[in-house]
Amino acid sequence: MRVRRHRQGPGDPPVGADGAGAGRAGHGLVASLAHFRPGRIDEADFEELEELLVRADVGLKSTGRILAALRERVRAGGVGPAPGSLAAALRAEIVAGFGAGDRQLRVGLQPPGVWLFVGVNGVGKTTTIGKVAAQQTAMGRHVVVAAGDTFRAAAGDQLASWAERCGATLVRGADGADPSSVIFDAVEHARAAGADLVLADSAGRLHTKANLMDELRKVKRVADRPPGAVSEVLLVIDATTGQNGLVQAREFTAAVGVTGIVLTKLDGTAKGGIVLAIGEELGLPIKLVGIGEGVDDLVAFDPGEFAAALVGD
Amino acid sequence: MFETLTDRFGEIFTRLRGRGRLSEADLTEALREIRVALLEGDVNLEVVRELVETIRTRAAGAELERSLTPAQQVIKIVNEELTAILGGEELRITYAARPPTVVLLAGLQGSGKTSAAAKLARWFVEQGRHPLLVAADLQRPAAVEQLRVLGRQVGAAVFSEPTDPVDVARRGVAEAVRVGRDVVIIDTAGRVSVDAVLMDEVAAVARATSPRYTFLVVDAMTGQDAVATAVAFHEALTLDGVILTKLDGDARGGAALSVAKVVGRPVAFVSTGERPADFEIFRPGRMAGRILGMGDVLSLIERAEHSLDQDVAGRAMDRIRRGRFTLEDFQDQLQQMKRLGPLSGIVGMLPGLPKEMRNAEIDEGNVTRIEAVIRSMTPAERNDPAIINGSRRTRIAAGSGTTPAQVNDLLNRFKEMQKMMRSSGMMAPTRPGGRRDKRKGGRVTPARSR
Repeated sequence: MRVRRHRQGPGDPPVGADGAGAGRAGHGLVASLAHFRPGRIDEADFEELEELLVRADVGLKSTGRILAALRERVRAGGVGPAPGSLAAALRAEIVAGFGAGDRQLRVGLQPPGVWLFVGVNGVGKTTTIGKVAAQQTAMGRHVVVAAGDTFRAAAGDQLASWAERCGATLVRGADGADPSSVIFDAVEHARAAGADLVLADSAGRLHTKANLMDELRKVKRVADRPPGAVSEVLLVIDATTGQNGLVQAREFTAAVGVTGIVLTKLDGTAKGGIVLAIGEELGLPIKLVGIGEGVDDLVAFDPGEFAAALVGD
Repeated sequence: MFETLTDRFGEIFTRLRGRGRLSEADLTEALREIRVALLEGDVNLEVVRELVETIRTRAAGAELERSLTPAQQVIKIVNEELTAILGGEELRITYAARPPTVVLLAGLQGSGKTSAAAKLARWFVEQGRHPLLVAADLQRPAAVEQLRVLGRQVGAAVFSEPTDPVDVARRGVAEAVRVGRDVVIIDTAGRVSVDAVLMDEVAAVARATSPRYTFLVVDAMTGQDAVATAVAFHEALTLDGVILTKLDGDARGGAALSVAKVVGRPVAFVSTGERPADFEIFRPGRMAGRILGMGDVLSLIERAEHSLDQDVAGRAMDRIRRGRFTLEDFQDQLQQMKRLGPLSGIVGMLPGLPKEMRNAEIDEGNVTRIEAVIRSMTPAERNDPAIINGSRRTRIAAGSGTTPAQVNDLLNRFKEMQKMMRSSGMMAPTRPGGRRDKRKGGRVTPARSR
């Protein structure tokens, strides 16, 4: 991992002891930094930043890329000597890492549009759908909720209580029913009722289970058949997720073409840094963020705020 | 489940394998890679830091064992440290003298508490116990209903009331006494660790029921935050152990190591699938082995220690280095390898190999044929295959029950092998009296200069 060589870590001998501490591969960068020293930004600062990002689950690869960009910025004289300017520059790099992609949720031209929610077990798909249903209904949209999680015991009941609260229509099948058939019914129902939007829940599944991923592909195919049209495939990721989040994003994208990420449970101590790796490496936009249990605690993602929460002001 | 970490260590291992000694620079390189591997495996930064320091101290001062390469020895130390953290022994569940034995489950939302509760109930049923499930998660819509359904599936009664969690838990225990259930498993609501009110509530549930076991349910996919969560729950509840869930995915599961390290409590159970039966007592030896690739590398090391004739192995290495590796040595090696067990097993244990190769079918018959061919040669032929002409080839084929083409095939492959050894630097270009390896045990010597 190139990242590692740029800096002094616990696995390295002390810098200066024999000149090898700077690492053979990273020698150039470290040396040039030492020469530049704008406003006394030194290796220790970068070390601290690396720790900060690793601790937030950004992962070594993305951390390395972001810090490399930051070093470039420092070397080009783009970071002033004022206290906090390095942190400000890091925030800018993080925001840049998320890219300028479109974070809007699309309903599609021809209603009903279908939003399919996918993810591994326990990330908060059903809760997210409940909140989205409430918000979209409040915006005046006619929403049909499809209880596509026919596997987890009582998942349908959980969704029913959400739908009831916000006045959305719920379409569900028997426990253990084929999820595709539930989605099909929901889309049919939405067309007949002239609804704008179908929110389709799906059972949590680990991306390593080939048969369950096939099932999900089928769900999407069925949902995409006219009159339905899948306009969003939202991958729900839990903020406490570590490096596996990147694998999840990659696998679900390969299977059903994820269009955006929903980051949940950001109200705990976890920073959810893995979405930075996801945005940075896969170019997937982060669209929504869950910050609490209330209906309104699901908000549009703001890269600036995310960066501020991660780095501090 | 831990393939990726295993592969990483495998890479390190392969790179260091075959070097005569481990210099300080090598050790630093190995530790650097170990650090990267552990961090990418979601082991907490502080835990990684401490671990790396411990391993460095131990590896630098270690007496080298003759039977292991220095790299193998580093891996062995890493493995020992990981096992020690994960809690050397597996947990033995004991029961309260006055039943019921109360088990409390707590954890973050979505970590898998409700599923784990049902699976644990099934596990107790299998032990001949009669568990009662208590649904004290009155927060999440339909959580009680979910537990009722699961309870039916695993054959355990479920108790709940729409009052408050502490009350439900207390009355659940009383209900168990009344109906003669000897184990009570309390499922609590998921909570974020920073929510003081909810943390107080779960602590109150614990006070009201004095559980014999309090388990924190941890998702195997958890990242760096696992430590903060575990510490908060440990402060509120005094944990006895961890239930690690969703281990059937491809997450590396470093969270298990972090949590075990910071709260000093072992992983008790692991959940490895969606079916109720996919739940078992955690076996630390196996787990550290998986993180390390030991099930694999380490047991291979152990077996090598016991069954390899060190002098034969040393002689072969020496000859490889001097560029004098002959068919004779090759045959010695084949025999040594066969002592380690079936070849397919050995190949499966080498983590440095690409996955396709590890899963490839190995034709044991092929090895027997190779041996037959080599045995049918004269010592002179084995030492210098170049002298094998048409008539010698016919004789060897007849003697080994093969065809001249098969003999040729073997000779060609051997030539390839020699070429590979040379290009990989394992074998010196044929320079008579090349440098000998003088190491026969000793210490890890620092590199004089790089």
